[in-house]
Amino acid sequence: MSSAELQSLYQELILDHSRHPQGFGLVDGASAQSHQVNPTCGDEITLQLHVEPGSDVVTRVSWEGHGCAISQASASLFTEMADSLTLEVMQQRIDLFRTAMRSRGAIEPDEELLGDAAALGGVSKYIARVKCAMLAWVAAEHAVLQLRPELAPREG
Amino acid sequence: MSTAESTTRAGAFSAAESHAIRADFPILSAVVNDSPLVYLDSGATSQKPRQVLDAERSFYENDNAAVHRGAHMLAALATESFEDARSTVARFVGARDDEIVWTSNATEGINLIAYAMGNAGLGRGSADAEQFRLGAGDEIVVTEMEHHANLIPWQELAARTGATLRFIPVDDDGSLDLSGIRSIVTAKTRVLAFTHVSNVLGIVNPVAELVALAKEVGALTVLDACQSAPHLALNLADLDVDFAVFSGHKMLGPTGIGVLYGRARLLNALPPFLTGGSMITTVTMERAEYLPAPMRFEAGTQRISQAIGLAAAIRYLQNVGLDRIAAHESVLGERLVAGLSALPGITVLGQGAGSHRVGLASFDVAGVHSHDVGQFLDDRGIAVRVGHHCAQPLHRRLGVTSSTRASTYLYNTVDEVDQLIAGVADATTFFGVRP
Repeated sequence: MSSAELQSLYQELILDHSRHPQGFGLVDGASAQSHQVNPTCGDEITLQLHVEPGSDVVTRVSWEGHGCAISQASASLFTEMADSLTLEVMQQRIDLFRTAMRSRGAIEPDEELLGDAAALGGVSKYIARVKCAMLAWVAAEHAVLQLRPELAPREG
Repeated sequence: MSTAESTTRAGAFSAAESHAIRADFPILSAVVNDSPLVYLDSGATSQKPRQVLDAERSFYENDNAAVHRGAHMLAALATESFEDARSTVARFVGARDDEIVWTSNATEGINLIAYAMGNAGLGRGSADAEQFRLGAGDEIVVTEMEHHANLIPWQELAARTGATLRFIPVDDDGSLDLSGIRSIVTAKTRVLAFTHVSNVLGIVNPVAELVALAKEVGALTVLDACQSAPHLALNLADLDVDFAVFSGHKMLGPTGIGVLYGRARLLNALPPFLTGGSMITTVTMERAEYLPAPMRFEAGTQRISQAIGLAAAIRYLQNVGLDRIAAHESVLGERLVAGLSALPGITVLGQGAGSHRVGLASFDVAGVHSHDVGQFLDDRGIAVRVGHHCAQPLHRRLGVTSSTRASTYLYNTVDEVDQLIAGVADATTFFGVRP
């Protein structure tokens, strides 16, 4: 019917998140916001970070967008993982996720640190889909860097 | 394949004919994700028969040299093959040899026209080039169903010249809405650029009607023939357009080669776009005199093996017969649309628009994104296009962000279309849209 790889790409957990996404809906008063588009399919997301005044702690992630099951589930899973993280730790997790996504299946995402978002590990074998999984995380990174530019990863 | 087998004149190819055609395409025996490849993405790029691969290889092994320069034997052989390829293309579309300009692809062809017109507006070219000068008050008209390649070059030309870009809208069915055409194509219209066959909907546009309107107001016509040249017998002289473009790689030819057709008198009045070697007569340190068309537009070393490969592709298509190909694809296209639209939750874009269409269909699966549909199909070795197919405005008009497109060609079979339809049905189950 369908292969084990496909079943692993579209685990029930991922399909559930895509149907019932966490954090969906924009909220007034965000500390930072980023809009990202996947040019190959036109999918887009607007993601907001709400940071507790006088602290570095993200109290809420909210987002709105449309796209494939992978991109919607990934935004939802990011929202779940990001709850109560500091901006610095959030940036570390984004880096970690990106490294796993770009590994073509070589690196399993760390479930300890990424939580259920580790279920997206199967995506990294499908290079055409990595952008789908990364869309929300790239938006989150842009939002983090608006607040803390010094956290920018060094390229190279 | 042998044409002796082509006894049936209408309908799909016989099993023996299909088998013979498929045997010419090495890639069609590929296995993808443990399933035989079902290639339904020819609208993006077609596969290539051995005859095309052999023509390119043979050129490099036996005749390779730069063309239109050099006095040696290979230079003469290469030049002859290159110019023969031009004649083959010219005869294929009912044009004269000097009306066929080589480009990299159709996109470059449209940009060539737009930039050459812009150059005319800057005072480049002879007195004849004045007819191409655009400015405030002039209008360029396209349609809402254009591929981005026949939209953005005109947006840019309008921005550079002060002209206004307008468009013929698409109705809810996906047809061009010609009800207000008289207020869109007017005495201000200088260019009317439109696609022959929609790359999303597969419907054939009313070329004669649009050309007649353009002629009435004295506008130039530019036809995007990318999705018609591979699939329908095309005669540009009969269609009476001023310019037309198409790409070799969508019609069994190599990538990197495309064709711009233009009426000789217009091409010879246009200033060049790209400049450099091979397009001049006399050059001093201050200025240059240009060759007539087509060489005026062919600066630099040309895509020689690709042109020869395209000529081989055209001979292949002619050997099978464009009428037979169109009849075969018509059967596949009707089966595709009927099968898909019978499934719950599937909407075929432009289904209500006209009956004259090529063998492709784009569709929306309610509740499932096209990327997910495409991924599911790929798992069975079925290759389709997903996304907006470089036609964002048309998708927006039809109320969707993206769609899944299955596009057939002469090497596809009824069985492959049925596999696609079954795959889409199973995808809706897999993603939980229906029980």
